[in-house]
Amino acid sequence: MNGALTTSLSGAEIWWLIVACVALTAAIKALGPVALGGRTLPGWFMDVLGVMAAALLSALVLTSTLADGQRLAVGANTVGVALAGLLLWRGRSLLLAVAVAVLVTAGLRALTG
Amino acid sequence: MTSQDPRASVLRGARVALPFAAVGFLLSLSFGVLARQAGFSAPQAIVTSALVFAGSAQFAVLSIVTAGGGIGAAVSASGLMNARFLAMGVALAPSLPGGPLARAVQGQAVVDTSWALSNQRDGTFDRWLMFGATAPQYLTWVSGTIVGSLAGGVLGDIERLGLDAIYPTFFLSLLLAEARNPRSRVVALAGGGIALALVPFAPPGIPILAASAAALIGLRR
Repeated sequence: MNGALTTSLSGAEIWWLIVACVALTAAIKALGPVALGGRTLPGWFMDVLGVMAAALLSALVLTSTLADGQRLAVGANTVGVALAGLLLWRGRSLLLAVAVAVLVTAGLRALTG
Repeated sequence: MTSQDPRASVLRGARVALPFAAVGFLLSLSFGVLARQAGFSAPQAIVTSALVFAGSAQFAVLSIVTAGGGIGAAVSASGLMNARFLAMGVALAPSLPGGPLARAVQGQAVVDTSWALSNQRDGTFDRWLMFGATAPQYLTWVSGTIVGSLAGGVLGDIERLGLDAIYPTFFLSLLLAEARNPRSRVVALAGGGIALALVPFAPPGIPILAASAAALIGLRR
Protein backbone atom coordinates (compact mmCIF):
# COMPACT_ATOMS: atom_id res chain seq x y z
CA MET A 1 0.00 0.00 0.00
CA ASN A 2 2.48 2.59 -1.12
CA GLY A 3 -0.07 4.79 -2.78
CA ALA A 4 -2.55 5.98 -0.10
CA LEU A 5 -5.37 4.16 -1.85
CA THR A 6 -9.01 4.16 -0.89
CA THR A 7 -11.53 1.44 -1.62
CA SER A 8 -14.24 2.05 -4.20
CA LEU A 9 -16.73 0.03 -2.12
CA SER A 10 -19.72 1.91 -0.68
CA GLY A 11 -20.45 2.04 3.05
CA ALA A 12 -23.16 -0.59 2.68
CA GLU A 13 -20.84 -2.85 0.69
CA ILE A 14 -18.20 -2.55 3.41
CA TRP A 15 -20.81 -3.71 5.97
CA TRP A 16 -21.60 -6.76 3.79
CA LEU A 17 -17.89 -7.46 3.51
CA ILE A 18 -17.57 -7.34 7.32
CA VAL A 19 -20.62 -9.58 7.86
CA ALA A 20 -19.24 -12.16 5.43
CA CYS A 21 -15.78 -12.13 7.05
CA VAL A 22 -17.28 -12.46 10.55
CA ALA A 23 -19.48 -15.41 9.53
CA LEU A 24 -16.70 -17.16 7.65
CA THR A 25 -14.13 -16.73 10.43
CA ALA A 26 -16.55 -17.95 13.11
CA ALA A 27 -17.50 -20.96 10.98
CA ILE A 28 -13.86 -21.87 10.35
CA LYS A 29 -13.04 -21.63 14.08
CA ALA A 30 -16.11 -23.68 15.05
CA LEU A 31 -15.76 -26.40 12.42
CA GLY A 32 -12.84 -28.27 13.97
CA PRO A 33 -14.21 -28.49 17.53
CA VAL A 34 -17.84 -29.14 16.49
CA ALA A 35 -17.88 -31.28 13.38
CA LEU A 36 -14.73 -33.25 13.89
CA GLY A 37 -14.81 -33.76 17.66
CA GLY A 38 -11.60 -35.76 17.84
CA ARG A 39 -11.85 -37.37 14.41
CA THR A 40 -8.89 -36.59 12.20
CA LEU A 41 -8.94 -35.24 8.67
CA PRO A 42 -6.92 -36.93 5.92
CA GLY A 43 -3.19 -36.34 6.35
CA TRP A 44 -2.75 -34.70 2.95
CA PHE A 45 -5.41 -32.12 3.82
CA MET A 46 -3.72 -31.25 7.12
CA ASP A 47 -0.38 -31.01 5.31
CA VAL A 48 -1.79 -28.40 2.93
CA LEU A 49 -3.47 -26.45 5.74
CA GLY A 50 -0.27 -26.56 7.75
CA VAL A 51 1.70 -24.58 5.15
CA MET A 52 -1.16 -22.34 3.95
CA ALA A 53 -0.20 -19.54 6.37
CA ALA A 54 3.39 -19.46 5.07
CA ALA A 55 2.22 -19.00 1.47
CA LEU A 56 -0.26 -16.23 2.29
CA LEU A 57 1.86 -14.37 4.85
CA SER A 58 4.71 -14.26 2.37
CA ALA A 59 2.39 -12.93 -0.36
CA LEU A 60 0.92 -10.34 2.01
CA VAL A 61 4.32 -9.10 3.23
CA LEU A 62 5.80 -8.88 -0.28
CA THR A 63 2.82 -7.26 -2.00
CA SER A 64 2.33 -4.75 0.83
CA THR A 65 5.96 -3.62 0.61
CA LEU A 66 6.72 -3.99 -3.12
CA ALA A 67 3.46 -3.36 -4.98
CA ASP A 68 2.18 0.14 -5.68
CA GLY A 69 -1.17 -0.54 -7.28
CA GLN A 70 -0.28 -2.78 -10.23
CA ARG A 71 3.31 -1.57 -10.37
CA LEU A 72 6.25 -3.13 -8.52
CA ALA A 73 8.28 -0.46 -6.75
CA VAL A 74 10.81 -0.12 -3.95
CA GLY A 75 9.63 2.54 -1.51
CA ALA A 76 10.61 3.90 1.90
CA ASN A 77 8.47 1.19 3.54
CA THR A 78 10.32 -1.51 1.57
CA VAL A 79 13.58 -0.36 3.16
CA GLY A 80 12.08 0.04 6.64
CA VAL A 81 10.47 -3.42 6.66
CA ALA A 82 13.60 -5.05 5.17
CA LEU A 83 15.75 -3.59 7.98
CA ALA A 84 13.19 -4.77 10.53
CA GLY A 85 13.30 -8.23 8.96
CA LEU A 86 17.07 -8.28 9.38
CA LEU A 87 16.67 -7.46 13.09
CA LEU A 88 14.02 -10.17 13.52
CA TRP A 89 16.20 -12.67 11.74
CA ARG A 90 19.03 -11.79 14.14
CA GLY A 91 16.68 -12.61 17.01
CA ARG A 92 15.83 -9.07 18.14
CA SER A 93 12.44 -8.31 19.68
CA LEU A 94 9.35 -7.60 17.62
CA LEU A 95 8.82 -4.29 19.42
CA LEU A 96 12.30 -3.07 18.40
CA ALA A 97 11.77 -4.26 14.82
CA VAL A 98 8.42 -2.44 14.58
CA ALA A 99 9.97 0.76 15.96
CA VAL A 100 12.83 0.60 13.41
CA ALA A 101 10.41 -0.10 10.53
CA VAL A 102 8.24 2.91 11.42
CA LEU A 103 11.14 5.32 12.08
CA VAL A 104 13.14 4.36 8.97
CA THR A 105 10.05 4.52 6.74
CA ALA A 106 8.94 7.88 8.12
CA GLY A 107 12.53 9.22 8.06
CA LEU A 108 13.14 8.27 4.43
CA ARG A 109 9.81 9.79 3.41
CA ALA A 110 10.71 13.02 5.20
CA LEU A 111 14.05 13.13 3.40
CA THR A 112 12.76 12.23 -0.05
CA GLY A 113 9.26 13.73 0.14
CA MET B 1 -7.66 -33.03 29.95
CA THR B 2 -5.61 -31.32 32.61
CA SER B 3 -5.62 -31.59 36.36
CA GLN B 4 -4.45 -28.01 36.74
CA ASP B 5 -6.52 -25.45 38.58
CA PRO B 6 -8.53 -23.45 35.95
CA ARG B 7 -8.02 -20.16 37.78
CA ALA B 8 -4.24 -20.61 37.93
CA SER B 9 -4.18 -21.56 34.24
CA VAL B 10 -6.19 -18.49 33.22
CA LEU B 11 -3.85 -16.19 35.15
CA ARG B 12 -0.75 -17.88 33.77
CA GLY B 13 -2.12 -17.63 30.22
CA ALA B 14 -2.89 -13.93 30.66
CA ARG B 15 0.61 -13.29 32.00
CA VAL B 16 2.51 -15.05 29.21
CA ALA B 17 0.34 -13.36 26.58
CA LEU B 18 1.08 -9.80 27.78
CA PRO B 19 3.96 -9.08 25.32
CA PHE B 20 1.78 -10.26 22.43
CA ALA B 21 -1.08 -8.13 23.71
CA ALA B 22 1.22 -5.07 23.76
CA VAL B 23 2.32 -5.56 20.15
CA GLY B 24 -1.29 -6.36 19.23
CA PHE B 25 -2.30 -2.93 20.50
CA LEU B 26 0.13 -1.21 18.07
CA LEU B 27 -0.90 -3.48 15.23
CA SER B 28 -4.63 -2.96 15.71
CA LEU B 29 -4.02 0.78 16.14
CA SER B 30 -2.43 0.78 12.70
CA PHE B 31 -5.36 -1.31 11.44
CA GLY B 32 -7.80 1.33 12.71
CA VAL B 33 -5.85 4.15 11.05
CA LEU B 34 -5.42 2.31 7.74
CA ALA B 35 -9.07 1.17 7.72
CA ARG B 36 -10.25 4.78 8.09
CA GLN B 37 -7.95 5.83 5.28
CA ALA B 38 -9.28 2.96 3.15
CA GLY B 39 -12.83 4.26 3.54
CA PHE B 40 -14.15 2.31 6.56
CA SER B 41 -16.09 4.32 9.14
CA ALA B 42 -14.86 4.12 12.76
CA PRO B 43 -17.74 1.78 13.75
CA GLN B 44 -16.94 -0.46 10.76
CA ALA B 45 -13.26 -0.70 11.75
CA ILE B 46 -14.12 -1.40 15.41
CA VAL B 47 -16.80 -4.02 14.59
CA THR B 48 -14.32 -5.75 12.27
CA SER B 49 -11.71 -6.07 15.01
CA ALA B 50 -14.26 -7.03 17.68
CA LEU B 51 -15.93 -9.77 15.62
CA VAL B 52 -13.31 -10.99 13.12
CA PHE B 53 -10.41 -10.69 15.60
CA ALA B 54 -7.82 -12.09 13.20
CA GLY B 55 -5.05 -9.68 12.25
CA SER B 56 -3.70 -11.35 9.13
CA ALA B 57 -7.19 -11.76 7.65
CA GLN B 58 -8.13 -8.15 8.47
CA PHE B 59 -5.01 -6.73 6.82
CA ALA B 60 -5.39 -9.03 3.81
CA VAL B 61 -8.94 -7.67 3.35
CA LEU B 62 -7.73 -4.06 3.63
CA SER B 63 -4.88 -4.60 1.23
CA ILE B 64 -7.20 -6.17 -1.37
CA VAL B 65 -10.01 -3.60 -1.21
CA THR B 66 -7.58 -0.65 -1.27
CA ALA B 67 -5.91 -2.18 -4.35
CA GLY B 68 -9.33 -2.09 -6.02
CA GLY B 69 -10.39 -5.68 -5.37
CA GLY B 70 -14.02 -6.68 -4.83
CA ILE B 71 -15.91 -8.21 -1.90
CA GLY B 72 -15.54 -11.76 -3.27
CA ALA B 73 -11.76 -11.59 -3.51
CA ALA B 74 -11.46 -9.96 -0.07
CA VAL B 75 -13.70 -12.49 1.70
CA SER B 76 -11.96 -15.41 -0.04
CA ALA B 77 -8.57 -14.11 1.07
CA SER B 78 -9.77 -13.78 4.67
CA GLY B 79 -11.09 -17.35 4.56
CA LEU B 80 -7.84 -18.74 3.17
CA MET B 81 -5.78 -16.72 5.64
CA ASN B 82 -7.92 -18.15 8.46
CA ALA B 83 -7.78 -21.70 7.10
CA ARG B 84 -5.01 -22.43 9.59
CA PHE B 85 -7.62 -22.08 12.39
CA LEU B 86 -9.31 -25.15 10.92
CA ALA B 87 -6.14 -27.17 11.46
CA MET B 88 -5.72 -25.69 14.95
CA GLY B 89 -9.36 -26.46 15.81
CA VAL B 90 -8.98 -30.06 14.71
CA ALA B 91 -5.97 -30.48 16.99
CA LEU B 92 -7.77 -28.73 19.84
CA ALA B 93 -11.07 -30.64 19.53
CA PRO B 94 -10.32 -33.52 21.94
CA SER B 95 -9.42 -31.02 24.69
CA LEU B 96 -12.76 -29.17 24.57
CA PRO B 97 -15.66 -30.60 26.62
CA GLY B 98 -19.38 -29.93 26.22
CA GLY B 99 -22.03 -30.07 23.50
CA PRO B 100 -21.67 -28.72 19.94
CA LEU B 101 -22.60 -25.14 20.88
CA ALA B 102 -20.24 -25.02 23.87
CA ARG B 103 -17.44 -26.40 21.71
CA ALA B 104 -18.16 -23.93 18.92
CA VAL B 105 -17.98 -21.04 21.40
CA GLN B 106 -14.77 -22.29 22.98
CA GLY B 107 -13.26 -22.68 19.51
CA GLN B 108 -13.66 -18.91 18.94
CA ALA B 109 -10.91 -18.31 21.53
CA VAL B 110 -8.27 -19.71 19.16
CA VAL B 111 -5.68 -17.20 17.99
CA ASP B 112 -2.19 -18.18 16.85
CA THR B 113 -0.35 -17.26 20.04
CA SER B 114 -2.93 -18.67 22.48
CA TRP B 115 -3.16 -21.93 20.59
CA ALA B 116 0.62 -22.31 20.57
CA LEU B 117 1.00 -21.33 24.25
CA SER B 118 -1.67 -23.77 25.45
CA ASN B 119 -0.25 -26.70 23.49
CA GLN B 120 0.98 -29.18 26.11
CA ARG B 121 2.97 -31.11 23.49
CA ASP B 122 1.30 -34.41 24.47
CA GLY B 123 -1.66 -34.11 22.11
CA THR B 124 -3.73 -32.11 24.60
CA PHE B 125 -4.31 -28.41 25.22
CA ASP B 126 -4.83 -26.49 28.47
CA ARG B 127 -8.06 -24.77 27.43
CA TRP B 128 -8.14 -22.47 30.47
CA LEU B 129 -4.64 -21.26 29.68
CA MET B 130 -5.82 -20.59 26.11
CA PHE B 131 -8.81 -18.56 27.33
CA GLY B 132 -6.53 -16.63 29.69
CA ALA B 133 -4.03 -15.91 26.91
CA THR B 134 -6.70 -14.75 24.47
CA ALA B 135 -8.42 -12.35 26.91
CA PRO B 136 -5.73 -9.61 27.13
CA GLN B 137 -5.02 -9.91 23.42
CA TYR B 138 -8.70 -9.40 22.64
CA LEU B 139 -8.87 -6.35 24.92
CA THR B 140 -5.83 -4.65 23.36
CA TRP B 141 -6.93 -5.65 19.83
CA VAL B 142 -10.28 -3.92 20.23
CA SER B 143 -8.98 -0.93 22.23
CA GLY B 144 -6.12 -0.36 19.74
CA THR B 145 -8.62 -0.30 16.89
CA ILE B 146 -10.84 2.16 18.78
CA VAL B 147 -7.89 4.53 19.34
CA GLY B 148 -6.58 4.12 15.78
CA SER B 149 -9.92 4.52 14.03
CA LEU B 150 -10.84 7.62 16.05
CA ALA B 151 -7.37 9.17 15.69
CA GLY B 152 -7.16 8.07 12.05
CA GLY B 153 -9.63 10.71 10.97
CA VAL B 154 -7.48 13.53 12.38
CA LEU B 155 -3.97 12.24 11.62
CA GLY B 156 -4.12 13.27 7.99
CA ASP B 157 -1.43 11.66 5.87
CA ILE B 158 -0.55 8.54 7.85
CA GLU B 159 2.10 7.48 5.36
CA ARG B 160 4.20 10.38 6.57
CA LEU B 161 4.22 8.69 10.00
CA GLY B 162 5.34 5.34 8.60
CA LEU B 163 2.45 3.49 10.28
CA ASP B 164 1.91 1.40 7.14
CA ALA B 165 5.22 -0.35 7.94
CA ILE B 166 3.86 -1.94 11.15
CA TYR B 167 1.77 -4.75 9.71
CA PRO B 168 4.27 -6.10 7.14
CA THR B 169 6.85 -6.22 9.97
CA PHE B 170 4.45 -8.08 12.24
CA PHE B 171 3.56 -10.65 9.60
CA LEU B 172 7.20 -10.98 8.62
CA SER B 173 7.88 -12.05 12.22
CA LEU B 174 5.13 -14.69 11.99
CA LEU B 175 6.53 -15.79 8.63
CA LEU B 176 10.06 -16.16 10.05
CA ALA B 177 8.64 -18.37 12.81
CA GLU B 178 6.83 -20.49 10.18
CA ALA B 179 10.00 -20.67 8.09
CA ARG B 180 11.84 -22.68 10.74
CA ASN B 181 10.15 -25.62 9.00
CA PRO B 182 12.03 -26.31 5.70
CA ARG B 183 8.87 -27.14 3.77
CA SER B 184 7.24 -23.88 4.88
CA ARG B 185 10.32 -22.03 3.62
CA VAL B 186 9.83 -23.45 0.13
CA VAL B 187 6.10 -22.71 0.26
CA ALA B 188 6.76 -19.12 1.42
CA LEU B 189 9.21 -18.50 -1.45
CA ALA B 190 6.80 -19.98 -3.99
CA GLY B 191 3.78 -18.11 -2.61
CA GLY B 192 5.65 -14.79 -2.53
CA GLY B 193 6.96 -15.37 -6.05
CA ILE B 194 3.49 -16.17 -7.42
CA ALA B 195 2.00 -13.03 -5.83
CA LEU B 196 4.73 -10.67 -7.08
CA ALA B 197 4.71 -12.18 -10.58
CA LEU B 198 0.93 -11.61 -10.84
CA VAL B 199 0.82 -8.04 -9.48
CA PRO B 200 1.36 -6.31 -12.87
CA PHE B 201 -1.14 -8.49 -14.76
CA ALA B 202 -3.84 -9.92 -12.50
CA PRO B 203 -6.94 -8.09 -11.24
CA PRO B 204 -6.50 -6.65 -7.72
CA GLY B 205 -6.78 -9.23 -4.95
CA ILE B 206 -5.91 -12.16 -7.17
CA PRO B 207 -2.13 -12.18 -6.46
CA ILE B 208 -2.65 -12.94 -2.74
CA LEU B 209 -5.38 -15.51 -3.48
CA ALA B 210 -3.24 -17.24 -6.09
CA ALA B 211 -0.35 -17.52 -3.63
CA SER B 212 -2.45 -20.07 -1.73
CA ALA B 213 -1.74 -22.54 -4.55
CA ALA B 214 1.81 -22.75 -3.21
CA ALA B 215 0.40 -24.62 -0.20
CA LEU B 216 -0.12 -27.61 -2.52
CA ILE B 217 3.64 -28.13 -2.12
CA GLY B 218 2.52 -29.49 1.28
CA LEU B 219 1.27 -32.55 -0.61
CA ARG B 220 4.82 -33.66 -1.36
CA ARG B 221 5.96 -36.21 1.13
